[in-house]
Amino acid sequence: MEHHLILRVVTKILVGPILLYGLYVQFHGDFGPGGGFQAGVIFAVAFMLYGIVFSLRELRKLVPDWIVHQLIAIGLLLYTCTGLVTLFLGGNFLDYNVLWSVAYKGQHYGIIAVELGVGITVFAVMLAIYYAFAGRPPQLDDKDW
Amino acid sequence: MERIFDAEFALGHMNYWLFVILMMTGLYIVVARGNLLKKIVGLNLFQVAVFMLYISMGKIAGGTAPILIDNPDQLYSNPLPHVLILTAIVVGVATTSLGLALIVRINETYGTIEEDEVLEIDHQMYAAEVAEMNKNKPVKTDAA
Amino acid sequence: MELTVTLLLFFALVGTAVAIALVRNLFAVVMLSGVTSLLSALLFIVMDAVDVAFTEAAVGAGISSVLMLGTIALTARHEKAPKRISLVPLAVVSLTGMVLIYGTLDMPNFGAKDSPVQTHVGPDYLQRTPEEIKVPNIVTAVLASFRSWDTLGEVTVVFTAGLGVILLLSGLGRRRRRGRGPS
Repeated sequence: MEHHLILRVVTKILVGPILLYGLYVQFHGDFGPGGGFQAGVIFAVAFMLYGIVFSLRELRKLVPDWIVHQLIAIGLLLYTCTGLVTLFLGGNFLDYNVLWSVAYKGQHYGIIAVELGVGITVFAVMLAIYYAFAGRPPQLDDKDW
Repeated sequence: MERIFDAEFALGHMNYWLFVILMMTGLYIVVARGNLLKKIVGLNLFQVAVFMLYISMGKIAGGTAPILIDNPDQLYSNPLPHVLILTAIVVGVATTSLGLALIVRINETYGTIEEDEVLEIDHQMYAAEVAEMNKNKPVKTDAA
Repeated sequence: MELTVTLLLFFALVGTAVAIALVRNLFAVVMLSGVTSLLSALLFIVMDAVDVAFTEAAVGAGISSVLMLGTIALTARHEKAPKRISLVPLAVVSLTGMVLIYGTLDMPNFGAKDSPVQTHVGPDYLQRTPEEIKVPNIVTAVLASFRSWDTLGEVTVVFTAGLGVILLLSGLGRRRRRGRGPS
């Protein structure tokens, strides 16, 4: 996409707001439509747009494979660890009431932590899938194998 | 059966029937089309039909989206189907991409993504293998 | 009015699905499946499921189209025309459809307030969320608090699917291709 000047300029303008919007959806999910699943996807879309218009090589320099692969696990671990913390604080697994002295505030913090975990895993999985598909040479030559 | 011709009944059930047609279109694509990518699209249609059924069952006439507002008399639609379907959509795209990855691998091994051609190549490979075995161990295969 | 819009969008959705079944160009198929996602997102909004509509618009129209286009780039652009047209699938599908439609005859009308769906768990969540969690968006409250075990399972499925794609395509080291049959 080297020669598409308009696409390149528009992408440069759009990527930032998309990331910001992803964060908004992530942390405003308690009050309006949104949450971890949607935010993760929107966040991944911003990186995909960058990867499609500029090259995949540039994107891989920015977000290397190993970071993406570790983020997949980190999100799930964050979710599970929230459950374990409530377990050690004397509640049931994923019972957020014990996280704070006021029960409903504990619920708020628990929901934020869990949604963050969901968002990170979904973001990383979507990006990893994009890497896997886009990173393959389009027509495989027999000599390459 | 004559209830079908009652206007209120028909209008109230029309979107269930449309969802059945949608689902059957998806099923038809999965069963009758040989192209693997198209089969995946067919499965997605099937999935969308199920989503539609759930969400339309959660809808209450005159209700609004289940985000609380100050008016205590406000009627809200059922939030539970929304939760189930929201997660199902994301899981659906993850599993769809797994299917697409399998298609890419199949194309690399067989050079085609048409079901019948893949089967043809499989049969030929099997026949070649059997011929190879017969050449190496003629006595054993003859006894069998 | 609400019902009219719902039915109109539903007819458009079914029309798109039929077009997908008929078209042979795979690029057109992928674009039409994007249209399907967009139409279903609109339907979700009309049926009050704003969170679901949001997800469908981002995931269905965005990411799945990109992935399917990536698959087309790696495989083929056209579907092969079938050698013979078989009526068996059509018969099976019509029969199943008729059985399903027979099953819907006992269902309550669309939007009914007193259907079994609306009288058990749903109102309970609606009533308990403002008291126990104090979060305006009930869908988030149910997703992340009341049914967080469920969501943990869903995240694990996404995790596993991602792992599967990485193993199938990115590969840990290149694998040798096995002998390909004569083609």
